[in-house]
Order: sequence, then structure tokens, then C-alpha cells
Amino acid sequence: MRLTGKVFIFGNNIDTDVIIPGRYLVTSEAEELARYCFEDIRPGFGRRAGVKGSIILAGENFGSGSSREHAPLAIKGAGIKCVLAKSFSRIFLRNAINIGLPIAEVSQIDGFSEGDEITVDFTKGAVRNNRTKEIFKITSLPEFIQKIMKSGGWLNYINNFILRGAR
Amino acid sequence: MKKEMTITEKILARKLGREVEPGEFLLLEVDVGLGNDITAPLAIKEFQKYGGRKVFNPDKIVLVLDHFTPNKDIKSAQQSKLVRCFAQEQGIKKFFDEGRGGIEHVLLPEEGLIKPGDLVVGADSHTCTYGALGALAVGVGSTDLAGVFLCGQVWLRVPETIKIELVGNLREYVSGKDIVLKILSIIGVDGANYKVLEFGGDGVKKISMDSRFTISNMAVEAGAKTGVFPVDDKTVEYCQERGIRPVEIIADPAPNYAKEIKLNLDDLDLQVAYPYLPSKGKDIQEAAKEKIKIDQVVIGSCTNGRMEDLRMAASILKGGRVYRKTRCIIIPGSQQVYYQALKEGLIEIFVKSDCVIAPPTCGPCLGGHMGVVAEGEKVVATTNRNFVGRMGHPRSEIYLASPAVAAASALKGYICGPQSI
Repeated sequence: MRLTGKVFIFGNNIDTDVIIPGRYLVTSEAEELARYCFEDIRPGFGRRAGVKGSIILAGENFGSGSSREHAPLAIKGAGIKCVLAKSFSRIFLRNAINIGLPIAEVSQIDGFSEGDEITVDFTKGAVRNNRTKEIFKITSLPEFIQKIMKSGGWLNYINNFILRGAR
Repeated sequence: MKKEMTITEKILARKLGREVEPGEFLLLEVDVGLGNDITAPLAIKEFQKYGGRKVFNPDKIVLVLDHFTPNKDIKSAQQSKLVRCFAQEQGIKKFFDEGRGGIEHVLLPEEGLIKPGDLVVGADSHTCTYGALGALAVGVGSTDLAGVFLCGQVWLRVPETIKIELVGNLREYVSGKDIVLKILSIIGVDGANYKVLEFGGDGVKKISMDSRFTISNMAVEAGAKTGVFPVDDKTVEYCQERGIRPVEIIADPAPNYAKEIKLNLDDLDLQVAYPYLPSKGKDIQEAAKEKIKIDQVVIGSCTNGRMEDLRMAASILKGGRVYRKTRCIIIPGSQQVYYQALKEGLIEIFVKSDCVIAPPTCGPCLGGHMGVVAEGEKVVATTNRNFVGRMGHPRSEIYLASPAVAAASALKGYICGPQSI
């Protein structure tokens, strides 16, 4: 799988409260949540043009804090293609896998500027900065997780591999 | 030679009937699957979207309405209604509506719904609270809960364990909150990512159950999968009071830990975690020097809304008045805690000292309702997170502390310890 888009850059410890603030959790509709994505650190982000089709690039511990799946859902709902970070907090990681939001750990983020167009190649395990032509490594996910991702998320996996024939 | 196991490895081995290795991926039957009024609606929607009609095992599901309850607006009322109807349709008996329950992580142990050795998955990050009972209790997302609805199972990666060795005795006023804030300031907000914090050492047996719940509760603030305590006399007593005959799960003498950290409780002072990370803890001596003025104090939450917490707050507030420019909100963690506090005369103390008593709810902790703060306001809270915008305006500030520090700060109007009263 290859994804290309312009990057938005975020720092370390981007917690789920800033990805989608608690006050907006009165709904679970992805499109509505998307409007308030990153509202408290980048007001208006979820409503601005250019977010759709973009890629997020962040530092350490992305998605820490609350287990709210509304966080990856808001990102997915905003039309963001994937999230690359130096590391992910564990519940965010499993939520992204479970709902089929592509994510990957990237070796470094210093070689990118906001607005750069990048191409993420999940098969080759690499990300290319199309402006500077530099290439960086991304870590590939364990086999079991890839199987969930390939199924299109955890519930598809359950239907295909656990409940198949049981219904 | 038999493998020496951590508490987590023992729980998993017991479930599978074989040894496990860190890094291994497992499919496991869960003992308890939990959801609330924010996370369950999404799980229900996904369950139905993927063809679910009847939940796999209604007796293993617990649903609690606690975040936006009593409902703050039409949308939150719709969410609660959805969960309420689902519980009824599916014959889920462990459904707790307002007035009959409380904050999930105060409520479930209190009701005897968690046993040592259980595998608990909850669509709420603070599910790790139940580690205090020697359960493997892990916070997950809504899709994971939908998976439990569909097939009763969850996927887990066997985690590595960090051992926290507690030695010595706690000083006066110092409690579980100070222990966990100190640990967070040592290991950082991702210091235990994908790992388990396992508590041990001589110091453990002197730590009350309520303080253990507080410590396990905030394990997730270090990124941990859970924070687990060994089952000892205190756990057994707690279980027996609730009609549970517990299995005694303790770690082997020398399992393979990823890291070991020793904390001497004799040296531990009251802690205050500064905005905007729970790991930014300072000793009270240092924090008090700054005389940081406080607009609001919140005492409650799944972290510190239990009897020990309210008793501590009341002992400090008794006979005093909250500083005239400060507001103090007290939130008993459950209906039972509320009733017990009433019987012990604590509610009277709170009302007389100008505190407002909220019904059991997560409320202001996540900036939901019942104490949302304005721009520039500063808060001392016994809750668990002080992130940007967590309790309201993105330019408000939250200082995390124990009920002792919160109550003392409420009286003085600035951050201080009970020694200043």
C-alpha cells in the first residue's frame, strides 16, 4: 500500500484530549467529530481545506491518555490518510488498527517541514519526502496486526476467522 | 526448569493452561467487558453494523452511565438512552443507571464484580484500576468492546513488566496519589508504554485498598497496559466482604522484569503535578512556595472518589470555610460512597465549609459538565489528567494532587499542604 499527501506536523505527547476534546464526545459520528479534531491546539483545523487527503507526522507518544476511539475516528473522518509518529501510545495504536486507520512508526521527523508532500510505502517500509527526495524508514507491524489490518479491522477479522461458520 | 512468572504472566498462563512469553499475540476469552455512556454507543453501533444480533454472553458485560450523567444536553441523553435500551434488549443485568451506580471504576470493585485473576477489558482507559485487586484489567477502545459483544474475545500482546518495589512507611497525609504521581515523575508519561507496572515489596502491605485503586488507576498515565498488585491479606478481606473467594496470585521470586524501580515511602512527600502533564510532579514544599492562586478545587473521580479520600478531605475541611475566592466541588464516587459519607457526617462538613456536592459522575474531570472552567482559571484536582483543555478552556490550568492537598488548598485559596492549616 502506498499513500501520498501533504504533511501536518505535531509535537510530542499529543494526547487524545487535544485530538478530540471531551466536550465533543456527545456523538460518535466520525464526520461530526472530525470538525473539532485538534481544536484546542489548532483551532479550526478540522474545518479547514487541505486537511482531507493529508498525512499527520508527529513526535513521541502520539494518542496518549483516554481510550476514546473517537480520536482515531475524528482523524479518519477528517479524511486524513494516515498517521506517522516516532511512537504511539498503546490504546491509540490498537484503536487505529481495529478501525483500519493506517499508522506507522517513523525513525525521525526532523527531515520534514509542514506542507511537504510525502509518500508512505507500507510494503517497502519507507517514507519519502518528495520535496527533498530523502527517504526514511518506517517500522513494519507484527504479522498478527497486519492480518487484522488486511481484514479491514478487528470486527471483520472476528467475522472472517473467529465466527466463520459459527453463525 | 519452571519459568518464574510475573503476576501478568501468571494470570495469562492460568487462563490458557500454558506459559506465555512477552511479545506473543493472544486471543483470549474475557471475564468482564465494560463500557460507559461515551464508549458503549460506538461499540453498539459497530456491533450492529457487523451483523451482531445477540451479545455473546450478557452476564460478562457491564454497562455504566457515568460520564455525562445526569445528562447535560439532548445529545448526551440520546447516547444514554441508546445504552439503556441496548442493555434491556440484550438482557444485560449489570447495567448501572444514575442513582443506582456511580463512577465505573469506583463502582465495579465495590459491587464485587471484579475478582483476582480476572481478565477485564474496558472501553475506558482507567480500567487498569482493577489491577489493585490482582486482576489483569486493560483499557481498550469501543471496537474492542464490540468484539467482546460479538465473540467474547479480545486480542492482546503479552506485555513486559516493570517492577515497582515499595519499601518503608507512608508519612502522615501521604497517600496512594502521592506514590503514583512520584512514579510518574520518575518514569514519565510513556515510561511504561506497552508494559505493565507491577507493585511489590514490603511497603505494599501497609497501603490501603483505596490507595491501591488510586495507584493502579493512574498506571495508564505512564502509558502502561495496567498496574497490578499482588493478592494479599487486604485483598482477601476486601473480596470476602463481597462474597468472593479469591485466588491468591503473587509473582514468583525472580521473574524476568524489563526494569526494577525502588521507591522509599519514608522519604515521600505530598506531590503536585503541574500543567500540562501528570508526570510534572513537585514536592509540596516546593510547590507551596509559589503560592499559586486557585479558582476551583475538585475532589472526586475514579482516581480519588472513595471513602478514604472523602474522609481525608473532611478531616481537613472540618470547622473551616473554603477561601472566599475559591470554589470547591466534592464528588462522591458512587451512590454507596455518597450514602456512607452521609452516614459519617462528612457531607455535613462539606456543606458547612461551603463546598458544593455533585452527584457521582465523571463530570468535570474530562471537561464534560458540573465544573467546566474558564480561560485563565487554575484548578487543583484529585483527578488523573491535566492535559491542555482537559477541564474546559484550553488556557486553564490543572494541578493534580491528593485529597489532602486539594482540601488544604481549598481553605487557603492557593496550593499548599495540610501542614499549612
